[in-house]
Amino acid sequence: MGIKQPFEKIVEDHGTTVLRVCRVLLAGPDADDAWSETFLAALRAYPGLPETANIQAWLVTIGHRKAIDVLRARRRHPVPVGELPEAPTTLGVPGTGDSDLWQAVRGLPDKQRHAVAYHYVAGLPYAEIAGILGGTTEAARRAAADGIRNLRKNYPGGAPS
Amino acid sequence: MNEHNDLFTTPPDPGTLARLHRRLEQAAEREGLLDVAYRTVDSPVGPLLLAATPRGLVRVAYDVEDHDRVLETLAGRLSPRVLRAPSRLDAAARELGEYFAGRRRAFDLPLDLSMSRGFRLLVQQYLPSIGYGQTRSYGEVADLVGHPKAVRAVGTACATNPLPVVVPCHRVIRGDGTPGRYAGGPAAKTTLLNLEAAA
Repeated sequence: MGIKQPFEKIVEDHGTTVLRVCRVLLAGPDADDAWSETFLAALRAYPGLPETANIQAWLVTIGHRKAIDVLRARRRHPVPVGELPEAPTTLGVPGTGDSDLWQAVRGLPDKQRHAVAYHYVAGLPYAEIAGILGGTTEAARRAAADGIRNLRKNYPGGAPS
Repeated sequence: MNEHNDLFTTPPDPGTLARLHRRLEQAAEREGLLDVAYRTVDSPVGPLLLAATPRGLVRVAYDVEDHDRVLETLAGRLSPRVLRAPSRLDAAARELGEYFAGRRRAFDLPLDLSMSRGFRLLVQQYLPSIGYGQTRSYGEVADLVGHPKAVRAVGTACATNPLPVVVPCHRVIRGDGTPGRYAGGPAAKTTLLNLEAAA
């Protein structure tokens, strides 16, 4: 009989990566909301998860749907601010002065941004990413490559090689 | 590793993750998904793991029992929805603090006894009637629960008590007056007996 890890271990092992992924997809408090929704949904579904499942891919799949939900809610109810406030202490990656790069990443077309996040941040293979985004493995690979090329163009030196 | 790869791998600040964790604890409790909440407390007998279901305190574990393994067992036996969520254990932590300070003689906490069955459960349900500062021998307890020949089984029931300290298996000692087996080790048992004798 396989034994399932306490859920706390899942949060411990994957909380950081999921937060990084959320921050590539969404800014500031929206990323926090997506993280919270992701882990709450994961906690709910966890007892039924097959023991052989790839936990990271499972979490990223949930996170992908939650990030899209948060984005849709945001588009339906846009927050009326003239200029988005810069808050480098809590948003983006603290202490590295990289908000330009994060903005460049978030400025990518959806599919490229997702592919970049899931491959370069979550470390998922393209076959898993294709399962999340739909389409072929080759299309997922191409979206990530296009995303990185766009990043290099818009933010020289700022993309993984 | 070049500079931009770091940007994709730099850990978020721990404060943010701690805040998000607290938010998850609260949401899980609100949604009825917090099947097992746990925390640790420091004590004169070392760090103690405290775990509770919505019904009550379900496990107290000594460091020597290996807290990670205890949590894995709870995940397997009760539910894998196990989360570090201290607030459900506030009352238990407070009462244990009072007990170790010599200011509490009995615990007033809802208990979840679902980790025990049969004869062990019978013995463990009897144990709280041994008063603070008193002791009984394994043989006496066997008599008192109506199974005078089950002395060894009483020993096993005490050694496998899922709620040590709170359910006072430390008050059951050998017939010759020596402490006998204990989940937290013989030194912890002696510490508790001395604490109660002094208060």
